[in-house]
Amino acid sequence: MVADVAGQTKTTHLFYQPLLIKRRPRALMTGDKIFKVFTTSVALIVVLVVGLMAYYLYLGSRPSIERFGAGFIVGTKWDPVKGVFGALPVILGTLTTSAMALLIALPLSLGVALALSEYMPKRFSNVFSFLVELLAAVPSVVYGLWGLYVLMPFLREVVYPPIRSSLGFLPLFSGPIYGGGVLTASLLLAIMITPIMSAIMRDLFALTPSTLKEAAIALGAIKWEAVKLMISYARSGIIAATILGLGRAIGEAMAVTMVIGNKFQLLPSSLFDAWYTMAAILANEFIESIDELHISALINVGLLLLVINLIVLICARLIVWHYLKVVGGIMRE
Amino acid sequence: MKELHERIRRLEDKVAYALVYVALIVALIPLFSVLFEVFKRGVGVINLDFFTKPTPAVGEVGGGVANAIQGTLITIGLASLIAVPIGIITGIFLSEYSDSKLSSIVRSFNELLNGMPSIVIGLFAYMLIATRVGFSVTAASFALALIMIPVVSRATEEALKLVPATIREAAIALGMPRWKTTIFVALRIARRTVATGMLLAVARIAGESAPVLVTMGYWKWWFAGFDRPAANLALDIFLFSKSPFENWIALAWGSALILVAMILGINVVVRLLTREKPP
Repeated sequence: MVADVAGQTKTTHLFYQPLLIKRRPRALMTGDKIFKVFTTSVALIVVLVVGLMAYYLYLGSRPSIERFGAGFIVGTKWDPVKGVFGALPVILGTLTTSAMALLIALPLSLGVALALSEYMPKRFSNVFSFLVELLAAVPSVVYGLWGLYVLMPFLREVVYPPIRSSLGFLPLFSGPIYGGGVLTASLLLAIMITPIMSAIMRDLFALTPSTLKEAAIALGAIKWEAVKLMISYARSGIIAATILGLGRAIGEAMAVTMVIGNKFQLLPSSLFDAWYTMAAILANEFIESIDELHISALINVGLLLLVINLIVLICARLIVWHYLKVVGGIMRE
Repeated sequence: MKELHERIRRLEDKVAYALVYVALIVALIPLFSVLFEVFKRGVGVINLDFFTKPTPAVGEVGGGVANAIQGTLITIGLASLIAVPIGIITGIFLSEYSDSKLSSIVRSFNELLNGMPSIVIGLFAYMLIATRVGFSVTAASFALALIMIPVVSRATEEALKLVPATIREAAIALGMPRWKTTIFVALRIARRTVATGMLLAVARIAGESAPVLVTMGYWKWWFAGFDRPAANLALDIFLFSKSPFENWIALAWGSALILVAMILGINVVVRLLTREKPP
């Protein structure tokens, strides 16, 4: 009698019935009932915590919400002295740097995942996979330290000058080079999210049925064509992994605040210019803020971060479901 | 015409092959550079003073991060005390009642908590605890515990699901109630996987600096009680790296080295533990 995990409860019930002999039936039942109630109530802590988180962040940002309302989201001034706060510049900064980081990280991590799962000999790929996993575990503040003292000087002296002299006619690549700035922050974010994205994608490719590839090859496809088929099979998972990377990039505080230059402005003059993100302004100002409205405005930024993160995660879920229903359903059966 | 098409196919195949390896190399260069630079710049700082002396005052020569190591261990310890029981019990719930509607709700919220930016979790801990107790170890540990719970519960759930159903059935057939089967049979078999999940969770919170910053702030002295802040290794890296003092910047690299060594060490140990076949 083999019971899989889903069928387990039913199986155990079958076993229980004959066990309910007259001597200790009640004791058996109550132990299990107490256990169920206990584990359920502990597990509900997780639900409670997430609910409380939203509530308490709302509570903390109420002074700011009452004062600025929706104007907080479209406001472009951040002046703790005058007590005027608007978050549009940091929202734009967050979305821009995260999107740029994804644009860089997506092809990279797809390549890494394919190399590890399809192209490398298994012996090497095991070692490299583990290395990639290790790199996903390096703390963000260490990436920030490296970004500040290694990546920034390198970009300022070696990479950015030739870019500016050849592409300087575009406004995106003109203006003074500080080393830190929008492009540096995006690059650093891309470096940080590549390991986690490629680890997920590698697992995904490992899970795609090998019959798919075998069938393609049997029909005369060469390796790349079979791999392309596999990519399209796994695409919902790839999108989900990408969105997970996006979530990471959006919420990253320390590394970004160390290299982006922390300049509150609506739009930077170029990709070399300094900017700000939501998480960076929290990391940078929260501990130094004394004024109640200032603290409240910062918590309001945190609340927006929570909402954006929620939207991102829900989007990931919906995309996966959509593909499972529309595309995956056809491909799978 | 057909030949041309064939040639394009072959070319495409070769280009893809090359691109995949180029991507791997491009991705690995900065990542190796991180490890290399942390080792190169950090290894010279590490000596006995580094582990025994507290944060040096501005302008002072030498000093160490002993207070930060102490503070980090205490904060992680308290966070684990909160998170491990909750995480394991949540994991048990998720695996034992996995077909109930409630467990899919809990699982979604667990995922949500796992994906929450750590600084947002820090702000929540600030609002809930730091506004009452003050910037403190308690608030920071609470924030770190919330980061740990999803990791621990997920590891527990996965571990319990791997326990063969036949073993549980055997225990139940011997007259063991279900809750005893879960705790004394299934959890016992899965204990090593659960332990590795805990270790990975510890490795993750050891490197967290954003939630520590907003719940505890900077503290350059020794631990002074749970209602006061304590120094923190990851946060020290941030504080030191922004400073203009050579000595502090050197300490930042030293701290980064021991932090990375510890986290990577935990990961390697976990890998070795899980590679052997479970009983």
